[in-house]
Amino acid sequence: MSRPFSADVVATAPEPRIALHGDITADADPGLPDAYAAATSGGPRSVLLDFADVGFMNSTGIALVVELLADAMQHGRSLRATGLSQHYREIFEITRLAEHITVVADPATETAAAGGTA
Amino acid sequence: MTLIGTLRQRVPFRGRRSTGTEPTGVTALAPGDAGTTAATSAAPAIEIPPSDPLFGFLQAATGVVELDRLELDSPAVRELRDAGIRIVVPLVAQGELIGALYLGPRLSDQDYSSDDRKLLSTLAAQAAPAIRVAQLVREQAAEIQARERLEQEMRVATMIQQQFLPHELPELPGWQVAAHYAPARAVGGDFYDFIALPGDRIGVVVGDVTGKGVPAALLMARTQSVLRSEAPHLASPGAVLARANEILLPEMPARMFVTCLYLVIEPATGRVTYANAGHNLPVVRGPDGVAELRATGMPLGLLPGRTYDEKEATLGPGQTVLLYSDGIDEAHAPDGEMFGLPRVRALMASEATGSELVDHVLESLHAFVGRDWDQEDDITLVALDRTGALEAAIAARADGPAEGSPAVIAPPPLRADEVLLRLTLPGADGNERIAMDRVADAVSPLGIDPTRLERLKTAVSEAAMNAIEYGSRSDPAVPVEIEVAVVAGDLVVRITDRGLSGPLEGTEEPDLDAKLAGSQKPRGWGLFLIRHMVDAMDVATAGPVQTVTLTVHLGGGEHVEAV
Repeated sequence: MSRPFSADVVATAPEPRIALHGDITADADPGLPDAYAAATSGGPRSVLLDFADVGFMNSTGIALVVELLADAMQHGRSLRATGLSQHYREIFEITRLAEHITVVADPATETAAAGGTA
Repeated sequence: MTLIGTLRQRVPFRGRRSTGTEPTGVTALAPGDAGTTAATSAAPAIEIPPSDPLFGFLQAATGVVELDRLELDSPAVRELRDAGIRIVVPLVAQGELIGALYLGPRLSDQDYSSDDRKLLSTLAAQAAPAIRVAQLVREQAAEIQARERLEQEMRVATMIQQQFLPHELPELPGWQVAAHYAPARAVGGDFYDFIALPGDRIGVVVGDVTGKGVPAALLMARTQSVLRSEAPHLASPGAVLARANEILLPEMPARMFVTCLYLVIEPATGRVTYANAGHNLPVVRGPDGVAELRATGMPLGLLPGRTYDEKEATLGPGQTVLLYSDGIDEAHAPDGEMFGLPRVRALMASEATGSELVDHVLESLHAFVGRDWDQEDDITLVALDRTGALEAAIAARADGPAEGSPAVIAPPPLRADEVLLRLTLPGADGNERIAMDRVADAVSPLGIDPTRLERLKTAVSEAAMNAIEYGSRSDPAVPVEIEVAVVAGDLVVRITDRGLSGPLEGTEEPDLDAKLAGSQKPRGWGLFLIRHMVDAMDVATAGPVQTVTLTVHLGGGEHVEAV
């Protein structure tokens, strides 16, 4: 069953966390970019995308993540992802997103490479 | 109390010859003592049955009858005498005995005089017509009240039955639907229905309960209720009718049964499966003329354990099927000639479709039976036309494959025993999720390991999304068809679209670096993902129709795509 997309921005310092919920498809636009804009308004050096409550992501959803990554790279910001299922970890590998987005199992113990603000 | 005063109290007697076939007796209140009110008020009502000789005697009498002088072997006479009645004055109106006045002895114990008898005779002669009029008025009022009550009950019954008939016709992409229902009485035993079924199919029912009126209407409601509850759970029309027969049989009143035609349509493909429980055969108009959709089966509610032939047909664009009840073909002209199936077939041979066809049939029927026709039976008509609109839109897209496009090779048909699922979905955005979930359900008995199942789901959703977005241009009226089968040890999923945006070209291989640099659009991952999620992906086209086939080897070989 499909679930509508929503996102919560948790302003944890130094790395804000975007908690993603539901399905990441075309319907996640503009919710996902808006959440990313809110999370980066303070100029953090890194943003954590939390996929733990995401049940489904399709190629359109991947394209949205690519757009976030492009923006992050332009601003010298790093992206990290957590909560990915084995299947979506595989898709991050196949698409090479995993080369640019650090996939972590536990963001608390695997701290971001860079702290502070961009 | 005077005699007149006594009579005034006695006139509203009970009883007269009934209007029924079996006459009832006449009764009058009998004054035990004409001089005392107390006595008269307790006087018994003595009924004179029509079989009693006194009844006929009074009917023929010309004046008062003195019981003491009457020599008649009559139980009524004896009863009257025992009650102290001395004189009986018959009340006759228009030759019909409508009552009688009973008088006891005079207070003075003297005999009634000739003047008394004349007065009583005159009084009776004048009172009888007035009493008769009063009786008629009272009877008419009672009849009107009973008729109004019955009419009100019938209005309620009609309203209830209307609730069982479809409130609106279904909107089927690429189809035109029309229906007409006319009970012979306020309520009828015919019925029709449209039942939404899984997989975007629709069930069409036309039925006829034996008899007419309220008993037939009640059984019609029950039958329709059973069909509505059972049809969505049973895949085949024959199974639905067999199940309905088993449920209805124990409830069926004596000498009643139900004929029923049940037809399941896949709107996108025109595929029709049907079964028949003794109902009129549907008539179909196709490129080869008019024919009947034949299937046989016993009416519902007659015998246990019945099975029903199930047949299949495909209605192409421009073809029409007409379902109807015997109120049409068994209607009679004034000279006794029956309307008959040949006339129905001849009407079908016309170019009329939809509501025009229904009107055409009804106009022809009414011309045949004449103006004074008393409708003999309920009439039901359902016309289903597969319009060519959808196919015309597809044909307009392309007359054939463009030069240099992939070869025109349709995939071979799947055998019925290989197929796990056949599904037709409207080409609406978001329906790829339905495709994904339905395919996952269909393959669950195969025990595919979770990792490979997730890959398959992604591949199916991406392929279905492509089909919807490009093949249907996100138009719900343009369907996407999905087949799942196991062929020679491989799981095969075919996703067929109408190719409205042309064949899938060799799309640009997505390159993340190029996308991040802005030289490629962020989208364009679909085919790339599909190829990496399954063991093989093939694209075949036949005209504008395009089929993407996904193959997963079931031998256990883990699919690992080098990246």
